[in-house]
Amino acid sequence: MTSPKLDRYKYDVVVIGAGGAGLRAAVEAREAGLSVAIVCKSLFGKAHTVMAEGGAAASMGNVNDNDNWMVHFRDTMRGGKFLNHFRMAELHAKEAPDRIWELEMWGALFDRTNEGKISQRNFGGHEYPRLAHVGDRTGLELIRTMQQRIVALQQKDAKEFGDSEKFIKVFAELTITEILKDNGKISGAYGYWRESGDEVLFEAPAVVIATGGVGKTFKITSNSWEGTGDGHALALKAGANLVDMEFLQFHPTGMVWPLSVKGILVTESVRGEGGILTNSLGERFMFKYIPDVFKDKYADNEAEADRWYLDQDNNRRPPELLPRDEVARAINAEVKAGRGTEHGGVFLDVSQRISAEVIKKRLPSMWHQFYELAGVDITKEPMEVGPTCHYVMGGVEVEPDSAAAVGVEGLFAAGEVAGGMHGSNRLGGNSLTDLLVFGRRAGMGAVNYVKSHGANPVSESSITKAAARIEAPFARTGGENAYALHQELQEVTHNLVGIIRTEVELVEAIEKIADIRKRSANISVAGTRKFNPGFHLAFDLDNMLLVAESTAKSAVLRQESRGGHTRDDFPGMNSTWRQVNNIASFDGEKVTIKSQQLPVLPKELFDLFDVHELEKYMTPEEIAKGGSN
Amino acid sequence: MARTLKLRIWRGDDTNGALQDVTVDANPGEVVLDIIHRVQATQMGDLAVRWNCKAGKCGSCSMEINGRPRLACMTQVSAYGEDETITITPLRAFPVIKDLVTDVSFNYKKAMEIPSVEMPADLKPGEARMQQVDVERSQEFRKCIECFLCQDTCHVIRDHEENKKSFAGPRFFIRIAELDMHPLDMLRNRKKQAQEEHGLGMCNITKCCTEVCPEHIRITDNAIIPMKERVVDTKYDPIRWLGSKILKREDLIQN
Repeated sequence: MTSPKLDRYKYDVVVIGAGGAGLRAAVEAREAGLSVAIVCKSLFGKAHTVMAEGGAAASMGNVNDNDNWMVHFRDTMRGGKFLNHFRMAELHAKEAPDRIWELEMWGALFDRTNEGKISQRNFGGHEYPRLAHVGDRTGLELIRTMQQRIVALQQKDAKEFGDSEKFIKVFAELTITEILKDNGKISGAYGYWRESGDEVLFEAPAVVIATGGVGKTFKITSNSWEGTGDGHALALKAGANLVDMEFLQFHPTGMVWPLSVKGILVTESVRGEGGILTNSLGERFMFKYIPDVFKDKYADNEAEADRWYLDQDNNRRPPELLPRDEVARAINAEVKAGRGTEHGGVFLDVSQRISAEVIKKRLPSMWHQFYELAGVDITKEPMEVGPTCHYVMGGVEVEPDSAAAVGVEGLFAAGEVAGGMHGSNRLGGNSLTDLLVFGRRAGMGAVNYVKSHGANPVSESSITKAAARIEAPFARTGGENAYALHQELQEVTHNLVGIIRTEVELVEAIEKIADIRKRSANISVAGTRKFNPGFHLAFDLDNMLLVAESTAKSAVLRQESRGGHTRDDFPGMNSTWRQVNNIASFDGEKVTIKSQQLPVLPKELFDLFDVHELEKYMTPEEIAKGGSN
Repeated sequence: MARTLKLRIWRGDDTNGALQDVTVDANPGEVVLDIIHRVQATQMGDLAVRWNCKAGKCGSCSMEINGRPRLACMTQVSAYGEDETITITPLRAFPVIKDLVTDVSFNYKKAMEIPSVEMPADLKPGEARMQQVDVERSQEFRKCIECFLCQDTCHVIRDHEENKKSFAGPRFFIRIAELDMHPLDMLRNRKKQAQEEHGLGMCNITKCCTEVCPEHIRITDNAIIPMKERVVDTKYDPIRWLGSKILKREDLIQN
């Protein structure tokens, strides 16, 4: 094969990922006068952000003016079972409203209240109606607004400098295979154009990782093909850490039928709008699954749950609106107990409660999705739903204020790829504002870094190494098939690292993942470099394997059940484990996990909670201390 | 349960290509994209296809199935007869890169040519007030998932490369309409621009774009026709346009 072409570019900042977080980071860097390359694996505007349905959580208080950042902060910490990095949860709760209003200034059109303000809807784990939304296509509104904001900035640059790409250029359908370091600091990134297979070098002193999630590591997922943990793996290989990779959110309601759509998301808004969950016996089973820590906030009988929709001040919430991890486990338990539907799910019904007209107006894409893909009319009949791998709470360990990756100078991470913000479980609606709050902060972090550090040239040896890795699978023939190995990995994670875990299974998973990784070194690719999905998958798979290894190894260590990590052999929460983060690092051969103390809640945040609530999560010593000073 | 499906898939690149016959299993409930993935995993590892969400939300897997512009993820295999051969080809209005993947950069260039939203200079974040009924008109167009099927089917450019320079296409007519109807947008003359700079006049309202839209956006009735009509209005009465915009704005912004 003739050696491929190499395109070289120089930027101040390279943003990997063009979802909400990446684009928000790019806007921030451009507005500070820096040049930015935005790299996306897909076409511009197709990022997984587009799939977010329910809304963006921000305590604007438009619907219930009792809401404020402190209530939002409390809800976020409760949802994450107090494993969240408090500072991230605090920044998020404080800054989310400004980020939503900013979107409106950039042209977003959210649904309105009668007073003409941005409407806010109820969602699992949020005490007040808090989610800004556009029907059930909020993610599309967010990504399109950010995309159009980038275009607006480019138009401005065209007018002022005669070149729309003078400061921001979008590199669509480009995969990054390596983050480059020279002199111990970030020097750039290396990858290939998916279209031609030609190689690309970015020289840049700062890299922002905003690559989203890892869902494709699992068999049943709501994630698109892009969710292959690229940023998680790139960061690990660059010397960064991943925090708490055992925490994966299985969204309680994915489609279960037909087979081809298994895993596709059914928005939580269906429950927010009044949808109820029943088993094959017709029982509204969620009343049986309210954990002690939530008993004072959730109704234990149908009458009260129903009244809540009309009077939220004097009634407790329906248990269908418990945090996602609780609902997913409940559904899992019902199905296991033989009370599931024909296709292994439970029923979610909104038709009994809301008129057909309102359903079509409030949940248009759900109506459309079920009607066109499953032949089910949700205005007349219930949906069949079951858990689907939706979101990874674990991710790159970052400094909360700057989103700087711990341990690697010049590297930043924001959005789903970053860890800490959501603790052991993310509340619905917190993701979209997470993207904006920390996308902006990562942009600011990169700006400050570049301004104080300047350029860091890439060495020829870094380039040669990165290029050799891309060429390798073409040089082999008759080796392993990337598609087959990917399926094998998905079976292992699904069966052994899924919703319910045990030590025996996790140990088996670690061995099997290591075996697949060994064999993956022998993948060969048929065809040429030109838009070749087999070639692309070979690199995606390498990332997924590192993610799966980190997840399994963290999961086997954590001997408790909390949020998105449920151990059959350790069923309860353990307040000693609450003080610990599992930190994954990579030595080039294997992932190792070390324990690290969680930062202690400062006194002013500690005092936002009723001490009796904290007693359910914290050790007596922690309570006695009353937070740090 | 599985049935055997006969497919003809176009394979090739910008230099040449041809339809190739493939036989593959299909399970009940599967969509065309599932079938393409199975072909990819078992028979043609390097078959190029774009896709992302597989739920009709991202608009990536646009292609032509038996000659109809469609999203492969929203096309049920069961819609075709047992003995029918399903022919899958790339979008015809755009240059082929490889197999089912086309170069859609035309659309991104057009997006760059449409002036962005212009907010009132005195509007502060959080202070905008708009009624649901007023935002809904633009919201319909903001449902667009940019699958570009409307562009592909539009006969003004489908077989007329020469028209592309002066014609933005239905996707961008709804973008202009969206901004024109945006309760806060201050830019004047959007309709006139649509007519004079983006080729609105070349559209002769055959509604092909509306028919293929997977989001069921009423492109022709709600965007193109009203803009065509009002272009005529404002040509004679620009004050009327400005007046309505200013009056509306004052209702909307909190004092």
